[in-house]
Amino acid sequence: MRIQAIKGWLAQASQFANEYYNAPYRAAVARAKREQEDLFMLYVYSEMMGIPNPASYYTLELQPLLLEQFHEWHLRMGMEHSPFDEFRCC
Amino acid sequence: MNAILLMLLGLGGMFLGYVFYSKFVAEKIYKLDPNFRTPAHEFEDGVDFVPTNKYVLWGHHFTSVAGAAPIIGPAIAVIWGWVPAFLWVIFGTIFFAGVHDAGAIWASNRNRARSIGALTGDVVGKRSQSLFMIVIFLVLLMVNAVFATAISGLLINFPSSVVPVWGAIFVALIIGQFIFRKWLNLGTVSILGVIALYALIVAGPEAPLALPETIMGLSDNATWILILFLYAAIASLLPVWMLLQPRDYINGLQLFIGLILIYGAVLISGPELVAPAFNSDTPEGTPSLIPLLFVTIACGAISGFHGLVASGTTSKQLDKETDARFVGYFGAIGEGSLSLATIIAVTAGFATLADWQAVYHSFGQGGVTAFVSGGARILQEGLGFNVGIAETLLTVMAVLFAGTTMDTGLRLQRYIFQEWGSIYNIQWMEKAAPATLLAVGSCLLLAFGAGGADGSGGLAIWPLFGTTNQLLAGLTLLVITTMLVKLKRPMYVTLLPLIFLLIMTIFALIIQLKGFYEASDWFLFSLDLLVLIAAIWIALEAGSTLNRLRKENANSSH
Repeated sequence: MRIQAIKGWLAQASQFANEYYNAPYRAAVARAKREQEDLFMLYVYSEMMGIPNPASYYTLELQPLLLEQFHEWHLRMGMEHSPFDEFRCC
Repeated sequence: MNAILLMLLGLGGMFLGYVFYSKFVAEKIYKLDPNFRTPAHEFEDGVDFVPTNKYVLWGHHFTSVAGAAPIIGPAIAVIWGWVPAFLWVIFGTIFFAGVHDAGAIWASNRNRARSIGALTGDVVGKRSQSLFMIVIFLVLLMVNAVFATAISGLLINFPSSVVPVWGAIFVALIIGQFIFRKWLNLGTVSILGVIALYALIVAGPEAPLALPETIMGLSDNATWILILFLYAAIASLLPVWMLLQPRDYINGLQLFIGLILIYGAVLISGPELVAPAFNSDTPEGTPSLIPLLFVTIACGAISGFHGLVASGTTSKQLDKETDARFVGYFGAIGEGSLSLATIIAVTAGFATLADWQAVYHSFGQGGVTAFVSGGARILQEGLGFNVGIAETLLTVMAVLFAGTTMDTGLRLQRYIFQEWGSIYNIQWMEKAAPATLLAVGSCLLLAFGAGGADGSGGLAIWPLFGTTNQLLAGLTLLVITTMLVKLKRPMYVTLLPLIFLLIMTIFALIIQLKGFYEASDWFLFSLDLLVLIAAIWIALEAGSTLNRLRKENANSSH
């Protein structure tokens, strides 16, 4: 009983510590992560924009998987519609 | 008088302020509503807007607003005796800071968690908003220059702290990697980090480090300032999880440990205050207590910087509107208690009155160095610490605070430059590296411009920093007052502090202006003039806005 109470207390303390560590930087970390992902999107779709990509054999396979993020990405990059003629989005 | 009595009076007074006054303000003036849907719930996105437990939120709010400023201010201001500093810190916290901080959270919370800067534009007017940006820039500029000077002074006075101060940065870097890559859980990492930090502090006195007196014609002080800005510039460009996040975390833990140690040591040893209650024998050149006291102690009594934190991040995470009372008001009390600890350290931490007078031999002396040596003596008497270790511990605490503020300040200054770059279409200024260079350059100009090539004059601008910070607080109080008038609620709770602040800042600016003129210090003279113009502008803006609203209200009630 007592051990359980202590365990519960410890779990709560560590939850508090986690919140305390993460809360103030959530936004900045999320932004940094998104920037990295945007760069990755650019790699994957680079051939369509005429940028040669030595890994296109592999990134081509990724295109369908990233399709769901594609819409958000082109909006974030300031393009109202898909920038590619052969690759319509909205 | 015994320090225990002062401590109980101060903490007791602030506690009563929380129990009674903040309850009155929260219920009758701001009318905080537990059923109001806060922006954290309305716009919940898991990133910026996250409803957060009020104790966690208080922890953040308190540690982001507490820095080196609530230590430096009171440690300079006790030159007038401990009574004036004590009264201003306690009454300032109860009637100014608490109301201001909780009010800033409330105002932002009621306006989709927007920042006070943006609110100024909406609530008061566009002109005030541009003014706000300029005042913020000046505050950041001064805080960076002052803190660089203060840190370099500490590193020279206490060479035992050099190894732990820079070592702490490596500890933070390592902790950051461990947490980011999820190698160990946070609890274990925190314990290891704190052990590593305190091990460095214990080892510090064994390996004191000092720079040679001159390097390439520069004094050691100037060299440290350059190194500090180089560090801050790099730190402000690194991803936040790498250094900033773990270091803030360690600083937060350290702040609580430091406060407990100091108050514990005071309770055990019960030192007598050796400094005079009112110093009738102030050194030559000390300006008059009124108005300078009210700008020398800014943080710890009321500070505009809190409004930026309260409206920028805290309000986005408020779970219930009623939490604003605990987070804002009690956060201000946390800061007040740090200032109170400082007052005790710099008035009771000396053996005799003559020792105290030797430190406070002219205005602007004392400062954080007095806090470290006084606090170390109290720690030695109360808890049996070795003086060298106690001094290192307090120095590390103060330097890490000031360092965090410096790189956050540089980061914010860089954002302002980048924003100006995009507003005025200057493309190179929009990039991070050149904007950082501009920020560092402007700070260095101030640090060296104020005091010559050895960079020792940075602290000369301390009261000027105080006035600018109070102006920022004045702008926030103006926003809150305007909102209260629009809601037809009593406005004296924020209007009286606003009027008091504006009178004291303008009065202080004029006195300083005269001083700079007589000393033919044209650099500081123009800076002072700039702040004075901003202050008068805010006063006029406040008068015209409130007058307009009063008329509108009178018309609508007919």
